[in-house]
Amino acid sequence: MQAVHKYLGARPRLTLVLLAALLVILPFVVGAGLGNSWVRVLDFVLLYVLLALGLNIVVGYAGLLDLGYIAFYALGAYLYAWLASPHFGLHLPFWAVLPLGAALAGMFGVLLGAPTLRLRGDYLAIVTLGFGEIIRIFMNNLNAPFNLTNGPQGMNLIDPVSIGGVSLGRSLRVFGFTLPSTYLYYYLFLAATLLVIVIAMRLQDSRIGRAWAALREDEVAAAAMGINTRNVKLLAFAMGATFGGLAGGLFAAFQGFISPESFNLWESILVLCMIVLGGMGNIPGVILGAVLLTVIPEALRYLGDLQRATLGHVVVDPADLRMLLFGVALVAMMLFRPAGLLPSRQRKREFSAQDGVAEQEQADLYDARA
Amino acid sequence: MDIFTQQLINGLVLGSIYALVALGYTMVYGILELINFAHGEVTMIGAMVALTVIGVLMGVAPDLPGLMVVFGGLLIAIPACMALAFGIEKIAYRPLRRAPRLAPLITAIGVSIILQNLAMLVWGRQYVSFPPILPRGQHEILGAHITDLQIFIVVLSFSLMAGLWLLVERTRLGRAMRATAQSREVAELMGVNVDRVISATFVIGAAIAAIAGVMVSAYYGLAHYYMGFMLGLKAFSAAVLGGIGNIAGAMLGGLLLGVIEALGAGYIGDITGGFLGSHYQDVFAFFVLILVLVFRPSGLLGERVASRA
Amino acid sequence: MIHAKYSLSALALALVFAASGCSQKPDEGGDVIKIGSVAPLTGPQTHIGKDNENGARLAVDEINAKGLELGGKKVKLELLGEDDQAEPKTATIVAQKLVDAGVVAVIGHLNSGTTIPASKIYHDAGIPQISPSATAVAYTAQGYKTAYRVMANDAQQGKALGQYAVGKMGARKIAIIDDRTAYGQGLADEFEKAAKAAGGEVVAREFTNDKATDFTAILTSIKGKAPDLVFFGGMDPQGGPMAQQLKRLGLSARLLGGDGLQNVNFLKLAGADAEGVVASSPGLPIDSMPGGPDFRKRFESKYGVIQVYAPYSYDAVYALVDAMKRANSAEPAKVLAELPKVDIQGVSGPVKFDAKGDTMDGAVTVYEAKGGTWQVLETVK
Repeated sequence: MQAVHKYLGARPRLTLVLLAALLVILPFVVGAGLGNSWVRVLDFVLLYVLLALGLNIVVGYAGLLDLGYIAFYALGAYLYAWLASPHFGLHLPFWAVLPLGAALAGMFGVLLGAPTLRLRGDYLAIVTLGFGEIIRIFMNNLNAPFNLTNGPQGMNLIDPVSIGGVSLGRSLRVFGFTLPSTYLYYYLFLAATLLVIVIAMRLQDSRIGRAWAALREDEVAAAAMGINTRNVKLLAFAMGATFGGLAGGLFAAFQGFISPESFNLWESILVLCMIVLGGMGNIPGVILGAVLLTVIPEALRYLGDLQRATLGHVVVDPADLRMLLFGVALVAMMLFRPAGLLPSRQRKREFSAQDGVAEQEQADLYDARA
Repeated sequence: MDIFTQQLINGLVLGSIYALVALGYTMVYGILELINFAHGEVTMIGAMVALTVIGVLMGVAPDLPGLMVVFGGLLIAIPACMALAFGIEKIAYRPLRRAPRLAPLITAIGVSIILQNLAMLVWGRQYVSFPPILPRGQHEILGAHITDLQIFIVVLSFSLMAGLWLLVERTRLGRAMRATAQSREVAELMGVNVDRVISATFVIGAAIAAIAGVMVSAYYGLAHYYMGFMLGLKAFSAAVLGGIGNIAGAMLGGLLLGVIEALGAGYIGDITGGFLGSHYQDVFAFFVLILVLVFRPSGLLGERVASRA
Repeated sequence: MIHAKYSLSALALALVFAASGCSQKPDEGGDVIKIGSVAPLTGPQTHIGKDNENGARLAVDEINAKGLELGGKKVKLELLGEDDQAEPKTATIVAQKLVDAGVVAVIGHLNSGTTIPASKIYHDAGIPQISPSATAVAYTAQGYKTAYRVMANDAQQGKALGQYAVGKMGARKIAIIDDRTAYGQGLADEFEKAAKAAGGEVVAREFTNDKATDFTAILTSIKGKAPDLVFFGGMDPQGGPMAQQLKRLGLSARLLGGDGLQNVNFLKLAGADAEGVVASSPGLPIDSMPGGPDFRKRFESKYGVIQVYAPYSYDAVYALVDAMKRANSAEPAKVLAELPKVDIQGVSGPVKFDAKGDTMDGAVTVYEAKGGTWQVLETVK
């Protein structure tokens, strides 16, 4: 393994080709080995990767704790449903609806950001949490006086994405192969994810990315260095929200049905857990976090089968244990790797502060907070 | 008028419950700047333990007066929750004191999930009903109804707040707490056993949580492994509204949130001409919270500001 | 250009994925017929979800004990229970998982909010789905030939309740509360329509949510409008405390609810204040059905008290097996062709489907809480 690592480490282009090939065949491998339901899980993994990357901009880059992030996902999803479902009789194509959804979410990101500019830390957290709940409650109740969202009944029969007359909602037959809908969406989501990864990486290394880092480390100093903290903050909110809106639109098209219960506070917390667990501010870390937290709960479903296979019968109901183990995993990971599984280089440095200077810096930060 | 009085009473009682739970959040936050997400679950465990003890007591000594039975439940639930909180702090939070701020927040969420699911395994998935053993005296004030239990809850939350304030302001432990809150390092240099102070804070908060849990389940007549989550969330909002870290602030925030919710649900329809109804009760509460924070970013009575996410 | 280090870790990750993918092999049982059962087994509705599964399990165990023969071969039913956490996204994943596992039919899901998104997957896979408890009208209105339910839908139940409230209970001024879930809101809306049509006046429409325990504010507001009946569209965990708070606030109005209230847990949670509460349940009273009391005994000796929907999931399994027997096969396509012809006497009433997949003229029985039990008032159509 070490040798392979070294070999590939010296050949970035080869690694990239291998990775691309792997990502292309992944649904086939997973589908053949574990079944179509795991390809569906894979699709959700990609959606959560999108969400986590978006939230990472707000929390990981700019250091703004956002507990209402799922609201933007909801906005993207609902906009898609409004413009491409029998609800209003509109059936616009996805390439028109998705950007609109992302834009709407981005606009709401600014709307949320503007009044909260002065808030810091946990106060910001509670306000964003409130914002997320407000959006959800409105979605849940706007079936009267005017039926905008169909209330708790949710919106059904949303159009699937259709590219060049080929609907991704149905299995596709090509060259004798049958590609189920879940495979087709996998490639669409993969494309979206790659796009977002590239944008996120470019942002991180850009002027704006450095401004965010400065803001995160010390807002006062950042302002003193001439950074327009207001604009920079709003941009972080808007960018994060845009990605969330995009993911929401994809989700609506994929599932064909959305209802407010898909956008509750727990989802916001889950996405936050993903980035913290994986390593805030570090793109591979964030992706890893999203993958793990989506896959682990699903994998734990197999505990029942495992018991049946080894013990002959089910001793402990896996449904009882699933969430419990999820909680234990969260705690254990944080205890053993508090900076996340793949911490960003910068944070790693802060953490393994061996030399006195870094230690002192760390202590100063604590004092500044108190 | 009687309707308005009744809404005010409704809000005060609900607010007192929020305040009881908010006290625990605010104490921990004041010292550690940690949102102890698991606090709501500690409240739930308190209610569940007490209900179990109450069930046993009713079986063993059916002639015991209801008040005594509930008191017996409390007597067990309080130390149980204290031990639980001590353990949580030691295992899930203490090792992370020097970790980034979000790490303990995640463990707090993890602990919260663990406690919920453990409670589900122990006490089952069903709602547990609180036996009707407490006296159900009722009074009328200005045409509004109020029960003995409601009066008791309001009085209790005020006295616990006062007691807590005295503890923090007037005792040696309180002084150590304030010192730790200001600067952990300096407090340590001054000979304060910081670990012990933090443990004490958690344990005291848990004792109040246990009392709150029993009050909540007695008042609403039920307990459930899921009950801590929403309650904790509301109480946390209340603590932030009042200015987190401030004991009087938690009380004020709790009462305000309760009254806002009650009046909001009661009158929002009339205010908006029927456009918004009681389904926007929580929107109303969150909206006021956001407004207050926008104009007073550290809450109504708060002074210190957390500067990093 | 993506950094080599990034792609390396991603590669490792993908390899783990791929490796885990290779290790599993699907197994196909010969004479075992797999049936899925889906309900929330975690979260706040756990107790009702488990009840659903237990009802189906009892039916499966009985049928296996009696022995089932299809196409001249002895077959054994196997129930695969899955947890959808009452969450739409999870519902689609477990639906897909069941389809992959080769189930021939699914009994579920519990909530309308999960049943609807999952129905698309069962429809695409061409396997029948019978929900014991999803009552949203939209479920069977999608045009899917695979979607069935054994319980009267919101429109059927809400209509019966609305007419009953005005016609039989003599309610003139009515206040309506719903819990803003698909179930509660759907039922309350249908109730409102029917009550108005029958000549009742709706003086207040209030709302709460499915996690609330404090209803004093909305009840006080309702008190100001002096109704003689309060209808609640929602479940027992809210209904119990609501009944208590109603009395405590001195409201004289009676409380009326749907099948979410008509269960033992409501009686327990409301305590003495349950007295006089009226609630309905789709179907006929179990204890008056042939085999009903016996069902109750068998179920309760195995799983404890019936929560709410166990009889319906029990009937759903029997309806499915009836269609299998008619088709003399467990093949989904053949079973689907026979489902419209199903005609059985279930423990919740006769089970027959109409063209949409709803229960044919679903009867609704109205009960009143008296002395700590539910007593039948009457069955309305």
